Amino acid sequence: MKIAVCMKQVISPDAPLTVDERAGWIREAEFPRETNEPDLYALELALMLKDSHQGEVTVITVGPERAVATVRDALARGADHAIHIVDAEAFAREPLQTAQVIVKVIRETHYDMVLTGLQSTDFGHGQTGVMIAELLGLPHVSMVVEVTLEQNRLRARRELEAGSTQWWDISLPCVLTVQSGINRPRYAGVKGIMAAKKRLVRTVPLAEAHTAPLSSSLSCEAMIVPAARENMTLLSGATPEVVTQLAERLRAVLGH
Amino acid sequence: MSGTLIVVAECAGREIHPATWDAVALAQHLNPERLVAVALSSDAAGLETAFAARVHELWLVQDPRLADYSAEFYCPALQQVIDSLAPSWVIIPHTYQGRDFAPRLAARYGRSLLADCTAVVQDANGIAFMRPLFQGRLSARVRAVGEAPHFVSVQPGCCVRDGGGLAGGALRVERVTPRFDAAPPRTKGDPPQRAAHESVDLTRADAIVAVGRGIGSAGNLEMARRLADLLGAELAASRPVCDEAWLPIERQIGSSGLTVSPKLYVAIGISGAIQHLAGMRGAGTIVAINKDAKAPIFRVADIGVVGDLHEVVPALIQALESRRNG
Repeated sequence: MKIAVCMKQVISPDAPLTVDERAGWIREAEFPRETNEPDLYALELALMLKDSHQGEVTVITVGPERAVATVRDALARGADHAIHIVDAEAFAREPLQTAQVIVKVIRETHYDMVLTGLQSTDFGHGQTGVMIAELLGLPHVSMVVEVTLEQNRLRARRELEAGSTQWWDISLPCVLTVQSGINRPRYAGVKGIMAAKKRLVRTVPLAEAHTAPLSSSLSCEAMIVPAARENMTLLSGATPEVVTQLAERLRAVLGH
Repeated sequence: MSGTLIVVAECAGREIHPATWDAVALAQHLNPERLVAVALSSDAAGLETAFAARVHELWLVQDPRLADYSAEFYCPALQQVIDSLAPSWVIIPHTYQGRDFAPRLAARYGRSLLADCTAVVQDANGIAFMRPLFQGRLSARVRAVGEAPHFVSVQPGCCVRDGGGLAGGALRVERVTPRFDAAPPRTKGDPPQRAAHESVDLTRADAIVAVGRGIGSAGNLEMARRLADLLGAELAASRPVCDEAWLPIERQIGSSGLTVSPKLYVAIGISGAIQHLAGMRGAGTIVAINKDAKAPIFRVADIGVVGDLHEVVPALIQALESRRNG
């Protein structure tokens, strides 16, 4: 079983964001980075399938130099190979462009399965994985919460609205996009981290991953911090006063 | 607006997903010359009545293979309709189903999907859409560039519900027989499984205390439970808390869980990702306690407390208890 896992380095979800109003863009250089959380569940799913069915796991990322940290971390957790497509502008790419770049690299090797997180916690387009399936001409199941694999019969349970789910039979090779929270991503041990430092990350310059210019279909013109609700009552002050007021209001609402 | 707009209706049998009407309402705002709803199904009974006066045309794509949703059949069927209508925009409900097929469909036209739109902006340069970034902490104004068709998906509940629809003219109905490849399908879905619900029905609760990631640990749920007891409220959570298995998934509020509209909703340590807001914005009074003044939960809150929940909640419990005992 050869599995590719697409992973993205994102701005940490807890980082305080500020927008440069004139540029209409966040001040991105300033923020701490981490691996997109949904992608960690995709990686763990791949590693679990490798543990039970043998095979190898290749992680692929597109990003600037610093994004190598994401695939190094994946190697430390147990991935076998890592590919870093170096694109200084990756942050501003739209989903189809990212998918096109990744597909070029995926096509070089036969993978039985390509896994991605459901969406990124930064731009949240939620499209790249499904688009990779389309560009590769492969079937997909999105928002996967459980997978079984027996004698090459792959079944994936997909999340639906309001707590419902649906099992799908899907033929290999295929693409799955993985929902958060479906497993417990393993941590990298000290040994893994030390070993990963010595492992080779294959670096692919963007120019090599795509030759035709990437056409765009979306233009992000401005970013804003949405305002709080105008008629919100903000209770402020010292905690004792705040909770006294709040308790009053809660009782009023409930008619206690 | 000149040209043709397509709204992809989401139908399960004869049932129309309510998010379809958000997409229709958004399309109506754009005042199109020709607004076409496309419904894919095996059984179109009743659809004509539902769409009359809301769109100009209803295109019914009928085939037994469209009886149950599958991206493998939806994409080629929609492609056929798009190719014959040459629309400027294809508007898709941002539901679980829309999120599954829309990226594939857009990619067939060499386009990215303008996903998860919450509002439309019309200015001198034409049409742009607002969409959330960073899980709702920021919002971006995005415009489609390049050749039509453009693809946009609409966040359910974002628009004003349609206020009467389009004036004049009878609904024109067009029946389409899709052409599918002879190749056997590579995916096959079982019938959907409904979630097994606990005995408690949160959708009927008068008051709900909901906790988010900010609660920090399962141990801290105790204070939230105590607060809920004092308010006669049910305890609920946002997705991360249920992912950690601190509370059962039956108590999860949001698009992947329950949609509730209690009289009182107290959100503790919930930042307010759009998926969560989708499940609770209909509550009567929303109280938010969060340390981050910029958290999106404050955009729907009626009463906000910016502060450390580990300080505010125990103090609030004490205030409620002392009043009760005093």
